[in-house]
Amino acid sequence: MSFTPPSDPRKPKVVKVTQLCELCHARKALIKRPKNLQKICKLCFFHVFETEIHNTIVSNKLFERGEKVAVGASGGKDSTVLAYILKLLNERHDYGINIVLLSIDEGIVGYRDDSLATVKRNQIQYDLPLEIVSYRDLYNWTMDEIVACAGIRNSCTYCGVFRRQALDRGAAKLGIKHVITGHNADDMAETVLMNILRGDVARLEKSTAIITQSSGSPIKRSKPFKYAYQKEIVLYAHYKKLDYFSTECTYAPEAFRGTARELMKNLEAVRPSCILDIIHSGENLRLKPKRLKRAPPPSHVEVRSDGSVSIQRLNGFVDGNRCDRCGYLSSNKICKACMLLEGLEKNRAKVSLEKDTSVEGAARLTRTLEKLAF
Amino acid sequence: MVNVKVEFLGGLDAIFEKQRTYKLNVEGPDGSTVTVGDLIDYIVQNMIKNDKDKEVFIENDTIRPGILTLINDTDWELEGEKEYVLEDGDIVSFTSTLHGG
Repeated sequence: MSFTPPSDPRKPKVVKVTQLCELCHARKALIKRPKNLQKICKLCFFHVFETEIHNTIVSNKLFERGEKVAVGASGGKDSTVLAYILKLLNERHDYGINIVLLSIDEGIVGYRDDSLATVKRNQIQYDLPLEIVSYRDLYNWTMDEIVACAGIRNSCTYCGVFRRQALDRGAAKLGIKHVITGHNADDMAETVLMNILRGDVARLEKSTAIITQSSGSPIKRSKPFKYAYQKEIVLYAHYKKLDYFSTECTYAPEAFRGTARELMKNLEAVRPSCILDIIHSGENLRLKPKRLKRAPPPSHVEVRSDGSVSIQRLNGFVDGNRCDRCGYLSSNKICKACMLLEGLEKNRAKVSLEKDTSVEGAARLTRTLEKLAF
Repeated sequence: MVNVKVEFLGGLDAIFEKQRTYKLNVEGPDGSTVTVGDLIDYIVQNMIKNDKDKEVFIENDTIRPGILTLINDTDWELEGEKEYVLEDGDIVSFTSTLHGG
């Protein structure tokens, strides 16, 4: 896979006054900004886009001087533009941060291997260090194996749970306490819509936060592109001829998110500002405080349908518990990733018995299983 | 008859035999002028091999929302969209914004 940049149109044409940029009034306007319908030229676009990201960073105090930050880099448009702009702004405005690219290798042949090749090129193009953390090393499973075992339907569930942990673990390995992701305004509005459509009230309030951190976790996450339109990010990458990877994941995209995305794209076509409007609504939503549950008697232990037991809590919910198996932050005794892994391993043991395929992965797993004690 | 270059970016090349750029000779319906609308009709009729892929590219007789259309690097909204009259050497690019980030 190599990179073919978009071509440069060569034609200088006579420009009418009405076609001029509304900011500099000197060059031909090339784009119409979705947020305010302003018509601006390429250079003014670079300037306002970069400045707006800078303002988001400064007004939300995202960085501290001397901080080491990891950019979650997938090789896609958002993270590529993010890495480029952060490096640029760090030099221009002297934030004094150290930027590292952090990539997750989920082990999806024909998708992640190609996109990782892009990240490796970015590493050279932007002269930034790169760390790759793989599902195989962390969990002894690749996404391809998981899908073969658990089916394509649940692929996003597994991948999502595992990726969240993987980013944290990768950052911890590098001694970094701050992971930056390229989530843009469209993603955020999509999430708000999805939570509303699903009635997922618990997530709704938190879904628009620019910085998220679970208490007890040393790693915080932030989204400097929270107010940046996808369209402008793609245009920025296009005009700057940035090298990014663009193919949909080989496995079925999350069906419901797809529907929410479609809905939003159609809304945007009618009223482009609606993306920022949805985020604004989400930010200002305050939920009625939950009624406190009557506490069960102190000796009461609840056994769930899957046989798991909730840990003893002194004063209601305690944040910052750790998983018994892997030590990762978890509100339950066993974290979500370990639960999923356990289910998978039961399945794989069965599969390897039936087929007796003594491939390296299966053999290694059997050995690990033998050593496991419950 | 007009000579234009067409680009399919942001993953759209997947429905055009994985080729990102094409040089096209497009004939207008009345033989004189060729608009971007004519070009889109030409692409849909001659270049998308699989019928199912057509809805990836067009919706309600226009480019699907989520695909960015640029005429000589200018957003086609500023050029009159489908009414723009093509000239020799124009570059029309279609970029999908819908894939993951």
